Amino acid sequence: MALITYRDALTQALREELTRDESVFLMGEEVAQYNGAYKVSKGLLDEFGPMRIVDTPITELGFAGIGVGSAMVGLRPIIEFMTWNFALLALDQVVNAAAKMLYMSGGQFSMPMVFRGPNGSALQLSAQHSQAWESWLAHIPGLKVITPATPADAKGLLKSAIRDDNPVVFLEGEMLYNTKGEVPEGEHVVPIGKADLKREGGDCTIVAHGKMVLVALQVADALAKENIAVDIVDLRTIRPMDVEAIATSVQKTNRAVVLEEGWEMCGVGAQVVDFIQRECFDDLDAPVVRVHQADTPMPYAKNLEKAAKPDAAKAIAAIKKVMYLG
Amino acid sequence: MRRESTRKPKQEMPTKTDNAEKSAADQAALRKELLRSMLLQRRFEERAAEAYALGKIGGFCHLYIGQEAISAGTMSVLRPDDYVVTSYRDHGQAIARGMSPRSVMAELFGRVDGCSGGKGGSMHLFDKKVGFLGGHGIVGGHIPLAAGVGWAIKYRKGDQVCVCFFGEAAVNIGAFHEALNMAALWNLPAIFVIENNRYGMGTAISRSTANEDVKTRAAAYRMIGESIDAQDVFAVRDAMGRAVELARKEGKPTLLEMRTYRFMGHSMSDAASGTYRSREELEESMKRDPIVILHDIMRANNELSDGEFAKLDEEQKAICQDAWDFAEASPEPPLDHLYTDVLVDTTS
Ligand SMILES: Cc1ncc(C[n+]2csc(CCOP(=O)(O)OP(=O)(O)O)c2C)c(N)n1
Ligand SMILES: [Mg+2]
Repeated sequence: MALITYRDALTQALREELTRDESVFLMGEEVAQYNGAYKVSKGLLDEFGPMRIVDTPITELGFAGIGVGSAMVGLRPIIEFMTWNFALLALDQVVNAAAKMLYMSGGQFSMPMVFRGPNGSALQLSAQHSQAWESWLAHIPGLKVITPATPADAKGLLKSAIRDDNPVVFLEGEMLYNTKGEVPEGEHVVPIGKADLKREGGDCTIVAHGKMVLVALQVADALAKENIAVDIVDLRTIRPMDVEAIATSVQKTNRAVVLEEGWEMCGVGAQVVDFIQRECFDDLDAPVVRVHQADTPMPYAKNLEKAAKPDAAKAIAAIKKVMYLG
Repeated sequence: MRRESTRKPKQEMPTKTDNAEKSAADQAALRKELLRSMLLQRRFEERAAEAYALGKIGGFCHLYIGQEAISAGTMSVLRPDDYVVTSYRDHGQAIARGMSPRSVMAELFGRVDGCSGGKGGSMHLFDKKVGFLGGHGIVGGHIPLAAGVGWAIKYRKGDQVCVCFFGEAAVNIGAFHEALNMAALWNLPAIFVIENNRYGMGTAISRSTANEDVKTRAAAYRMIGESIDAQDVFAVRDAMGRAVELARKEGKPTLLEMRTYRFMGHSMSDAASGTYRSREELEESMKRDPIVILHDIMRANNELSDGEFAKLDEEQKAICQDAWDFAEASPEPPLDHLYTDVLVDTTS
């Protein structure tokens, strides 16, 4: 196994799938000549040419719709959004077209396509460029929603997403592209809909996904020094959600903290807590606590931004609360 | 249909696209086929309106009555392997494209034998077998899909075309502009058809659109734009024939404005005239019924006797009665279908 970045892991997945299947193409702003706004498609234009790696005008709704139309007649588009903040302009295609086509056509038209791009906040990009969209997208039946946290999962899940015959929303962590991890070379496929226990410990469960898994790992390291051992359930896929993995962990630890990048109201954590209270009510020794972004647009000033974001300190406080440690 | 047309028949000369069909007999047969297509659409929707009034059809139901020459003319120049994508006003186009009236009526009735299994309804007719890529309910939302189908055709080096229908109100939607720009930029074989029936619901084009000459939108995208008297099925056929040829041979898109009028309300819940358009305007416009116009030509040519017309009409009515009977006999979708087709099952 090689130690590579999350970015390179994604590039590997794209390259391997573009090579494997001629009907796969990548389309989006700056994906070709510029090598990708975040360099995920670096070198692919030279390898695959301009019909497979396609630069578009700044026209999110339009090229998302081109993806949908081409998928209706059998191509397998990968639509890259420069970031998911801009994908908001294309949500009609994601939600009203891609997610519903199979259903409203009575099973005639499947949508073998991927909508991908960076999601969540980076550093000091302020309100319009720092949003986590998974709770919006996971609300929609007909979509699958994936949020990989590690390079290995990024590669394995992107390969699965491209091979899936359904519309898959693939949310990459904008702050994760430079993170490194061991990634198997060649055929490495991670199944959609399976969570992963990223750390094992019996005292408390942390449920997290995407970038917050890295925060959870910091939390686990810090708490280990205080002899507190946590389970980290990395959801990996938000829809369909691996509720069994959550239940298995909570039934063991009897306590849970749900950590997410997005806002509290109707967030992913709300769904996780709902599941836990229904399925693990008798297992709980304390109410489940959520850690999330402050209920404000993202501010620019460094100190305010830090105050707004969920982080290790906030997660540690939450864990101590559910463990009644003052 | 009303027989008040005073318009002089004018289409005796074969149009450019008709050159191939040389003999007079071929011409007459073609006219009869176009008349049949329009009659079938008209009779079908008259029955749909009746079924709606009886509560057999629910939801939104947008009739195409008055606009049938657009679908009949268009489909007559398409190949079976071409594609069609359209808005919610889709019954006439679906039938003209060759979808079975039974499967369309059963869909309107919400029955399991409907083309979309009863899950789409009036606005979401689909049939993969004839390349009918749906009825879509978001104004203008399907226009980029046509560019995408064009992209796929080009990607595979095919020579099919994709025809996309939408109302004149959709030209003010961003998706229209985004799609036309890319279709022209990349030379995609898509034909964008504005069905200008002069109203978007109750809003006259003069109240919604700064430049009412909507074909000129094409110029912004270096595309050919043309306006057509779309009550004349041969004018539709001629313009569409040229657009199809341009798309097939050179991969170039065209914008066609089909000038028409809807003879019914916006949907079944809207009166045909009233607050936003007058009875007089409606009656004046209905004098230019595309079926009557074609029928007049055929009578002037002495190629269709009244008896033959009546027989043709009876045949279409019988098809619609059969569709009705079929729809009524078809069961409602079983309840477990609620959860099927949300996702393709990828577990096996
Ligand atoms: C984006 C969007 N906005 C509003 C509506 C509601 N609506 C449905 S049809 C319609 C009028 C559209 O008129 P036009 O495009 O001219 O088509 P026509 O109905 O005349 O065929 C409106 C406003 C919608 N379906 N989608
Ligand atoms: Mg209109």
